[in-house]
Amino acid sequence: MLIRRAPRFTASEITDPKLYLSRRELMAGAAALALVPGGGEGAAPKGEPLAAKRNPAFSLSEAATKIDHATTYNNFYEFGVNKDDPSRLAHTLRPRPWSVQVDGLVHKPKTFDIDELIKLFPLEERVYSLRCVEAWSMVVPWIGFPLAPLLRRVEPAGQAKFVEFTTLLDSNQFPAQKPGFFGFSSLDWPYVEGLRLDEALHPLTLLTVGMYGQVLPNQNGAPVRVVVPWKYGFKSAKSIVRIRLVTEQPKTSWEKAASQEYGFYSNVNPAVSHPRWSQADERRIGEFRRRPTLPFNGYADQVASLYTGMDLKKFY
Amino acid sequence: MTRRTRIVLKVFVWAGCLAPLLLLGYRAWTDDLGANPISFITTTLGDWTLRILLASLAMTPLRIVFGLSWPITLRRLLGLFAFVYVCLHFAVWSVLDFFFDWPRMWADILKRPYITMGMLGLLSLIPLAATSTAGMIKRLGARRWRRLHRLAYLAGVAGSIHFLWLAKVGRTDQYWHAATLALLLGVRVVDAGLRFARRRRRAASTVPA
Repeated sequence: MLIRRAPRFTASEITDPKLYLSRRELMAGAAALALVPGGGEGAAPKGEPLAAKRNPAFSLSEAATKIDHATTYNNFYEFGVNKDDPSRLAHTLRPRPWSVQVDGLVHKPKTFDIDELIKLFPLEERVYSLRCVEAWSMVVPWIGFPLAPLLRRVEPAGQAKFVEFTTLLDSNQFPAQKPGFFGFSSLDWPYVEGLRLDEALHPLTLLTVGMYGQVLPNQNGAPVRVVVPWKYGFKSAKSIVRIRLVTEQPKTSWEKAASQEYGFYSNVNPAVSHPRWSQADERRIGEFRRRPTLPFNGYADQVASLYTGMDLKKFY
Repeated sequence: MTRRTRIVLKVFVWAGCLAPLLLLGYRAWTDDLGANPISFITTTLGDWTLRILLASLAMTPLRIVFGLSWPITLRRLLGLFAFVYVCLHFAVWSVLDFFFDWPRMWADILKRPYITMGMLGLLSLIPLAATSTAGMIKRLGARRWRRLHRLAYLAGVAGSIHFLWLAKVGRTDQYWHAATLALLLGVRVVDAGLRFARRRRRAASTVPA
C-alpha cells in the first residue's frame, strides 16, 4: 500500500500537526482534555518528504503519536539531558556530508556515504511502538530498511558475535559533549550501543533514515539510526557513524554510567523493575491513563525465542 | 520594621510563590505543557516545593550571617507555601498519574526509596502547617513550638534526598539543591557551636578563681 499522504503534501505543509492528530486521543474525558493538551507548537521540523511503502506485516494498527510530540520530547544526551534540548539545539547537527563505517570482523568492510547507504535497499515504513526506559512510550512510523541485509553484504566473519554502534563524536555539532562544570559530563562520549549479532540480524531491527513520511529530523538521530522496538529506547543508537562487528560484548555508554540500572540487553520487561521505578506500566504519550507494559514491548511472539533459556532478571 | 514594610515584603512573597502556579495554569490553558503534561506538572510542582522550602530555610541564616531581622517574618509564610506546593505535587501524583490506584502507590512508597523520602518530607511538613497559627504558638508555648518546627530541617533533608535519588543519570541540578541545603544547615551548626562556646567561656569567667 502506498503511503498516501507523502505525495499529497508540499514540504511546507507536511509538518501540519493536524496530520497526526490521533483518533484515539483524549478519551479520558473533559479532565483529560484540560490536562493532556496538544503541546509544543511550531517546533516540528520542516523535513523533506521521504516516500516509502508501509509494510503492514511490521506495523501496529494504532494511530501514531503526534509528530510534534515525537520531535520535541526526546532523550538525546548529545544535545542535553532535558527533553526539549534536542529539538532546541537540533540545528547544530549537520547530517550531510556523512558516512558510516561498517567494519570489524567482516570480510568486506566498507565506508558508505549516507546517500549511497539510503539507496542500498528499498525503504519501507513501519509503525513501531517505542518504549522508553523512563516508562513512557510513543507510536512512530519509521522509514528505513532492516539492518540484516546490510550486515550480510559486508559478510560477517565467524568470530563476530556482537554489533557495536557508535554515534558521532563532535562537540561542535553535539553541544553537550563539551564537558561542563568541574569537567562533568553526563555520559562517556562517544555514545556506544550494542546488540548481539542475532538481535542485529532480526527482521525487526530497522536501520532508520526517516519518520512520519519525512527525512529523519536531527533531534531523532539524523541522518541514520537503528530502531530496536523490543528494547528500551536508549538501545536504539542515533546519528551512527560506525557499525563494528566484534567478538566481545560491547561496553555500552549506559552500562558505563550506571550498569545496575541499564543492562546490555535492556529488553522491555514489565516483570523486571528499574532499580528506582516500576516498569510494569507506561504512559503512552497523548493518553491520560497509564497502560500495562507488554513483555518485549509487544513483540514477544517475534523475539522471545532469541532468549530461550536465559534468565532475563539476570540479563536485564 | 514598620508594619508597612512587613506588608510589602509579604506581598512580594505571595506574588513570588504564586507566580509559578499561575504560569503553570496559563500553560495548561494554552496547551503548552509539552508531550507529557502530567510529568511536566509533577516535576514543576516538585521543583518549586524544594525551592520555596530552601528559601524558608534561608531566612534564619540571613539573620545569623548578616544580622537581618526582617527575613524571620517571612519564614512561616514561605514554609506554608512549600506545604501548598508539596500537597499539589502529591495530589497530581496520586490523582493524575496513578488515578487513585492506592495499592500501587502504597507499594511504590514502600519499595522505591525516593518515593519513601518524598513521603517523609511531606509528612514532616504536616505538623508544621497544622501549628502555623498564632493560636497554636501560644498553646504550645514558644519553646516547644520552636522545637517542633525543627522538623523543617528534616523536610529539607528528605526533599533533597528525594530529588537526589530520583534524578536521572547525567543531571546536575539535584547536587546544587543539596549543596544549598548543606550550606543553610551548616550556617546553623556553626552558629550553634559558636554560641555554645561563648556560653561556656562566660560560665568559666564567672567562676571565682
